[in-house]
Order: sequence, then C-alpha cells, then structure tokens
Amino acid sequence: MTGRKGLEVSLAVAEAAQLARVEVVAAYPITPQTHIVEHLSELVADGELEASYVTVESEHSAMSACVGASAAGARTFTATSSQGLELMHEILFIASGLRLPIVLVTANRALSAPLNIWNDHSDVMAARDCGWIMLFCTNGQEAVDSVIMAFRIAEDRRVLLPVMINIDGFILTHVVEPVEFPSQELVDAFLPSYVPAYTLHPDKPVTMGAYGLPEIYTECKYAQETALVNSKPVVLEVMEAFGRQFGRSYKPVETYLADDADVLFIAMGAINENIMSAVDELRGEGKKAGLVNLRLYRPFPGEELVAALRGRQRVAVVERAMPAGAINSPLYSEISSLAFRSGIDGLILKNFVIALGGRDAMPSDFRHIFENMQKSKPADMGLRDGLNVDVIGVRA
Amino acid sequence: MAKNVDEYKWYELNIGAVVDEPGSARQFKTGDWRTQRPAWDESRCIKCGVCWMFCPDCAIYQKPDGYFAADYDYCKGCGICSKECWPGAIRMVEEER
Repeated sequence: MTGRKGLEVSLAVAEAAQLARVEVVAAYPITPQTHIVEHLSELVADGELEASYVTVESEHSAMSACVGASAAGARTFTATSSQGLELMHEILFIASGLRLPIVLVTANRALSAPLNIWNDHSDVMAARDCGWIMLFCTNGQEAVDSVIMAFRIAEDRRVLLPVMINIDGFILTHVVEPVEFPSQELVDAFLPSYVPAYTLHPDKPVTMGAYGLPEIYTECKYAQETALVNSKPVVLEVMEAFGRQFGRSYKPVETYLADDADVLFIAMGAINENIMSAVDELRGEGKKAGLVNLRLYRPFPGEELVAALRGRQRVAVVERAMPAGAINSPLYSEISSLAFRSGIDGLILKNFVIALGGRDAMPSDFRHIFENMQKSKPADMGLRDGLNVDVIGVRA
Repeated sequence: MAKNVDEYKWYELNIGAVVDEPGSARQFKTGDWRTQRPAWDESRCIKCGVCWMFCPDCAIYQKPDGYFAADYDYCKGCGICSKECWPGAIRMVEEER
C-alpha cells in the first residue's frame, strides 16, 4: 500500500490505523464514519491486520471497551460521529482522566434535532472540554498523517492522553483523494510499540479509576490539566519529527497570506480549503485577505495564535457551531479571551457562523464576510439584542 | 500508601491517579457518616448474634465475653441491628463528636 493512491478518505484513515498497527478496535457504525470501521473490520477479518475487532451495542460501550483495552496495554483505535460522540461523552472523560492514549477519529456531523446527517462541528464543540488532545484536518492526507502522529503524541510518556482527530463528515470522509501512504518500515521506525506506564495485569495488580475523595480530587485534576497543557511541546516535536521522516510538515497554527492581511479569517477543518480559494480570489483583485488554519484545538495553541494575530486589525472567526446561549461560539470566545489576556488592542474581532448541517460554504460567503469586516468599526463589537454572531446565509 | 491521602501534592500522584498498592482501601474509614450509634444493654442481650448477622457492613463483632459491639470506624449508624434485636438490647443514641 506504499505510495500514492486514489482512495476514499474513510478507507485511507482505516489503512493509516493499520499502518499504526492498532491492536484493538471497538466501534459502532454511524454515518458518516461507518466506512472507517467497516474497512477496519474487513482488514481484521481478512487477516491483513492483527487486531481484536470488538463489535458493541452502542458508542457508550465502544468507548468503554476502548478504555478497557487501553488499560490492558493495547494500542486502541475507534471512530464515531455526531450522536455517537455524544453517547460516548461520559466515557471520554474517563479515558482522559485515566490517561489512556486512545485515538478516536470523529467524522464531524451535526447534532439532532432536527435529525441531520451532514457536516458541521456541533458534535465536537459539545465535547470540547473532555480533556482530550484535539486535532482538526483540512484534507485526507492530513487525516492519514494525523492518525500516525496521534499515536506517537498520545503514547509519549510525557503525555499519555487520548487524542481526537476531527475530519469533516462527507466533505472529507466520502471524498476520493490521492493519498500518499508511507511504508510500513518508516511508520514502524516513527511509531515504536506502546509501552504503557501501568496495565491491568494479574501479575502486578493496580487500581485504575479509584474513588477520589474531596481530599485528593483537586490534585488529580490539577495533574491531568498540567499534562494536557504540557502536551503542546510534544505535539510540536512530533509534527516536526513527522516532517523530517515523511517530508510533510504540520504546525498547530498554519497561516496562509496572513502577514499583510487586512482581513484575517480563522477557521478549523476542511472549510479552510474553501477559504484559501476565496483568499486567492480576493487577492487576485488586490484585496488583502489571509487565513489562519487552526489544526490543534486542545491544548489551545495560545502563543502561536497570538503571533499570527499580532499586528492584524480585522479578524473574522468562522465557526460551524452555534453559541448555544453563550455570548459567542466556542472558538471566538477563546480567541477573544486570548486577545484580552495578551494585550492585543484595537482588534476588530467578529464571529461568523456558517455551513451548519451540511449547507455549502460558497466563495461568495467569504467575500461577504470580507466586505463586512472591511467596513466594521470597533463599535460593531458591542453586545446586540438577540444573537451576537452573524449567521451566514440564514433566511431572515 | 506511604502517607495519608490528604498529604499528596499533585505531582506526587501516579499517572492517571493509578493506585499501585493493593489493599489500600483498608486505610479508608467509612464510619464518619454516622449521626446515631448503637448502644448495647448487656443485661438484656442473650448473645444470639442477630445484630452481627444483619449488619450490612460487617461492622459488628463478638467480644471475648460473648457480647457484641460495633466497630465505629465502619458503623454508619443505620439502625438495622437495633431494629432486628428482638430482646431489645440495642438502642440508637445520638452521635456526639
């Protein structure tokens, strides 16, 4: 499978997990993630992947089985989407609290109701504070590379945390892309076998998930939070090492024509490729648009974002989830907090919600945002009656 | 554990707060929930052991003289022993601390 081949991204993600030599997959099918675990079950059934494939009755059980497998010392993988992620929700916190390096691919999809199988980020945004490292991918190649990087990040003794890789449902999962597959030898060299700190084994019994009294719970959570914050240098290190080994370099915060931009877009996921096209179009007309692609969402790459924001005047945070009663959508809230704490003054920072439940984001939408930003004044950032976000394309 | 649970600094904990010493739950005394405690009137006790049998926490033991008593490290004051003691030898009294 080495080399470049045209493949549906879901199948490519499954083959990346195969290259990572996953030992346990416990999963439940859900659109638009199904092809990932379906292909993994084929690979296991055909003897092409030496792993236990655990079929379960729900996503709650899928993540529970992953917790058990990882606690027993297995390299563990699963994938889900939307309602499935929310059904896993309870166990997501247990995986991170127990410091188990599970890798989960979330094929991002809208949440019901109304029932919608299409793409946006409302699923991951509802699970964003579960203590996992979170990556977002712009294309299929990134998805494949992220699976391999994710295990090395997660299993690093300085980290030992689960990693969620977000890939946009349908927009990435069901698209056939040319994907470069590294050789098994190179992946093996990059990703050594998992050596757990503790395992559930009768020869040396330990207790995982013990009762945490009020006298110790705060210290446990402080240790976990510190591990998550301190994982960022390891993420950087692994991304750099990946670049050296495979020739494709990634950064937690990637910029495109951002240095001289009059209007800077910030977004996560595949929509960044749409925005890049829009930026090219606008640049072609002499309009200085630029883009910040946030690949690492947890831990939040504060310093890297501040470096990208400093000196910019107009920044549009483009999000694919509603604020759900907050003043702004999640990413805007964090970027405005970051700007405030970093003393970035005079920033016109606005929040745009776009492409919910699979609605297309068109180049004209970004032109509209660009023009909106150009004529925005600091006073426009004040609180409004009603929604504090601009929802692109809503019929009103 | 080498020390009490409330003496650990956050950086002294095992990864994932794993407990790698078996049997450490023995150090956890659960009797501090109690608001009432059983008190025996040995003049009425016939040493039948019904209290010992019914105690849901195995917190009642038999003394060398054959009478029964509660281990207050674990007795939660539920009152089942008092309810079940048919000779009426166990009275629940207000816990004072």
